[in-house]
Amino acid sequence: MLGLTRKDFTLLLVVVALTLLAPIILNPFPVSSSLGQSFNAGYPALLQRFAIFGILVIGFNILFGLTGYLSFGHAAFLGVGSYAAVWMFKLLSYNIVPAILLSVIVAGLFSIVIGYVSLRRSGIYFSILTLAFAQMSYALAYSVLTPLTNGETGLQVYASDPQILAGAGAPSAPHFFGLPMASSTTLNMGGWAFTFEVGYYLCALMLIAAFYLSIRIFRSPFGMMLRAIKSNQTRMNYTGLNTKPYMLWAFIISGMYAGLAGGLLAAMDPLTGAERMYWTASGEIVVMAILGGVGTLIGPIVGSGVIKYLENIVSKINENVLHQWFGALPDPIENGLIWLVHPFVGEGWHLTLGLLFMVVVIFLPGGLVQGGQRLAALFNRKSGTVTAADRDAARQKSAE
Amino acid sequence: MGILEVKGVNKRFGGLQALGDVNLSIAENTVHAIIGPNGAGKSTLLNVLVGKLIPDSGSVMFDGQSVLGRKPFEIAQMGISRVFQTPEIFSDLTVMENVLIPCFAKRDGAFRMHAIEPVRHERAITAQAEAMLEEVNMLSKAHEIASSLSRGDKRRLEMAMCLVQEPRLMLLDEPTAGMARADTENTIALLKDIRTKRGITMAIIEHDMQVVFSLADRITVLAQGTPLVEGSPDQIKTDPKVREAYLGETQI
Amino acid sequence: MDAIVLQILNGLDKGSAYALIALGLTLIFGTLGVVNFAHGALFMIGAFCAVTMQRLLSLSHTVIDPTQTDFLGNPLQTKVPYLASVFGAEGATSLIAWSVPLSIILVIPVMLFVGWAMERGLIKHFYKRPHADQILVTFGLAIVLQEIIRAVYGANPIQSPAPPMFSGSVDLGTYIGFQANAVVYPIWRLVYFGFSAIIIAAVFAFLQFTTFGMVVRAGMADRETVGMLGIDIDKRFTLMFGLAAAVAGLAGAMYAPIVSPNYHMGMDFLVLSFVVVVVGGMGSLPGAVLAGFMLGILQGFASMNEVKAILPGIDQIVIYLVAIIILLTRPRGLMGRAGVMED
Repeated sequence: MLGLTRKDFTLLLVVVALTLLAPIILNPFPVSSSLGQSFNAGYPALLQRFAIFGILVIGFNILFGLTGYLSFGHAAFLGVGSYAAVWMFKLLSYNIVPAILLSVIVAGLFSIVIGYVSLRRSGIYFSILTLAFAQMSYALAYSVLTPLTNGETGLQVYASDPQILAGAGAPSAPHFFGLPMASSTTLNMGGWAFTFEVGYYLCALMLIAAFYLSIRIFRSPFGMMLRAIKSNQTRMNYTGLNTKPYMLWAFIISGMYAGLAGGLLAAMDPLTGAERMYWTASGEIVVMAILGGVGTLIGPIVGSGVIKYLENIVSKINENVLHQWFGALPDPIENGLIWLVHPFVGEGWHLTLGLLFMVVVIFLPGGLVQGGQRLAALFNRKSGTVTAADRDAARQKSAE
Repeated sequence: MGILEVKGVNKRFGGLQALGDVNLSIAENTVHAIIGPNGAGKSTLLNVLVGKLIPDSGSVMFDGQSVLGRKPFEIAQMGISRVFQTPEIFSDLTVMENVLIPCFAKRDGAFRMHAIEPVRHERAITAQAEAMLEEVNMLSKAHEIASSLSRGDKRRLEMAMCLVQEPRLMLLDEPTAGMARADTENTIALLKDIRTKRGITMAIIEHDMQVVFSLADRITVLAQGTPLVEGSPDQIKTDPKVREAYLGETQI
Repeated sequence: MDAIVLQILNGLDKGSAYALIALGLTLIFGTLGVVNFAHGALFMIGAFCAVTMQRLLSLSHTVIDPTQTDFLGNPLQTKVPYLASVFGAEGATSLIAWSVPLSIILVIPVMLFVGWAMERGLIKHFYKRPHADQILVTFGLAIVLQEIIRAVYGANPIQSPAPPMFSGSVDLGTYIGFQANAVVYPIWRLVYFGFSAIIIAAVFAFLQFTTFGMVVRAGMADRETVGMLGIDIDKRFTLMFGLAAAVAGLAGAMYAPIVSPNYHMGMDFLVLSFVVVVVGGMGSLPGAVLAGFMLGILQGFASMNEVKAILPGIDQIVIYLVAIIILLTRPRGLMGRAGVMED
């Protein structure tokens, strides 16, 4: 089906169902309940981030997951994509189509340059080169390139901008041929409220397309070549294969994915700044990829979803919420628990993120997806069947 | 005219003359062994042949074309395959994928962007790979991860990866080094088989005299970076210079 | 001319910090083969040791002075440092003013411990893992350390002044024949430069003249052989990690008067220090020091208005630019050994 095996097609269907129904699935609690306020994630602003960062990490995974080349400057492409999109808004109109097209193209061109230079080295040098390029872009965006980036203020659309294609009465916010991104319908069912927003559904469709394309790439000869590069470059060379163009294409494709994500970020909220390119932002992309499971198909979506969800709920929790949660307990225990938990929530989110990251790298290098597979394998072994997860586990073991 | 002509090759590393005026001609359809004591320059010579090292002077012609200054992948595309001391395979990939990759390299050249159509839709290529695995008796292991194979199977897989490209010349770098007796004999049998069935020219660098004498048609003895003698196995066995330089303490 | 001298001087303090951090990074990479993304965090912890020292010295108890009243008419409450009871009021004040240099006695044990704990608790398990894993886990650790500091000390930079004797500037130009006020330079930065020179010399002397250092150097050159000699190289390498941490910590503590310690200063310095290591040559100690000073000074030059007029923004990117050029043309770096991580 669609050129996929049955297993891959099922996976695609699952992703399609989850993304399309996300506004419902991620709102399991009534709106006004305290659980709903803490744990519901089905509102457009967050759903958009799930989809956009999903796209970003799927692209990153094509590079890092398949070839093993760890880029520590991937946020630069995201930032460039955002700038390109906002410029389209400023010059042409708020229509997102040219904006997103240009952001993908510009990020692609940008990644040709950076990729061509960085890929002349491998291993840790490649990581440092990409890091250096990204930091350079960040520094330039803040200083010399201010006419292009509007420096610290960040780039946004002003009333004085030309917007030459915007007709009279065109929406004054990003739209798809007149359909505003922010328009939405809310479905009220009892205590529940589900909001379906155009912007989210655009991102969701893009995510599905990006995911589908990544399955095709993974299963193609090109994908196989990339995995072969990760496995043994010497053998690649002596087999008569030139690894350079393969690597460069992987780099460009993953840069274009990042550009698409950047364009979508701008399409959801038409302003952007250099901090999107800072190297810790690149680090966050790596974290998402690792957490989900590097080199797996679904890992990037899982990783980015879990991180963005945790970021959202964990940073929302404050002392009052904790008091609510533990209020039923005797005071000394309540205070003790709050004292224990407090450093990790609210502003402490990054602490939790760092710890989570370390735990995954140390104990679960294959990420959550592999963890899940191991669990599944454990159950299946009891019933006596051998699964793909077993083989993957064996693969992992033998690779060690 | 041999298929591979090495003429007047010199290579120095600092003060060390690694190769001094090496002349070598490997005739088509022969198995040519290059032997010599440690430090005789065998590995250096091999690295020159595959494009890893560029000699200070001299020429290396393969089928009338110079190989010097070409990258390893270009030399491989010319039809020179290499088998390593420790099998170089794609350990993280399946056995099948290991053989598929050289098939693609043979058909599509050093690079082709085919990122959409799945591998399994390439029927001709998968059939070719399966046939190759059948030939080396590994079809039953096609979906195993290559790193889980035994040492002997890894060697056979590497051979299969080279053979499926139908090379004009195979360079083998101590193909039985560190192997148990049984594995060595299997490898010899495999190589003999390749030779009779396919008639591929081979250049073997080897320490193990049993391997050399049971396979080679011609032998070149290298000592201190220069060819000492060249001849048939029988000539080499009896040559006094060889006995002195190399075989002195070895019982043949 | 005076402008150039001033820029060289301006490059020196940054260069000193780069050199000290890069020295530690190189020691760790050379001995343990580990790429430590948490090294910037060690620099930051050092700086916060200075802050802690200041706070420890200023620990006070409240005394009610019945003879005076505040503006509301209540008896005046004054805070008196505990130190005052030992050294007298003036002694306490001057001790507190000297808290940055004094923090050295806090930094060394703290950093040795932090380094030891890091190596034994975490890094040790990553020797055989790929470099990518090492980068990732130390990156995670860097985030954790930085966030802990933020949780304890808050997000705002904390001023840590230099002792009064060294605060203020000196008109260096007049000593070498320039006009007055042409080359005015903060005294503490000179102190910092001198201090780093001493530390660097001490590290090199330690490696050069002690048996311990000799073994470590041998281990850096060829770990396996040294291991085969029956020398327990691991134990020494653990100590090296502590030493590298102490060097980074000292660099950070003494830097506190130059840049007020904040929780993200480690990350800011880390990327640049990595670039320094790469330019100097992975695994080369003299290379790290040389590249540190060189890049610091280069950055100073690039900040000159005359240079910026020709190449706008060059001050922001010159270091990265140099690194990229070096990596592409001479991957082993300025003083790296051939063949070490050249791919």
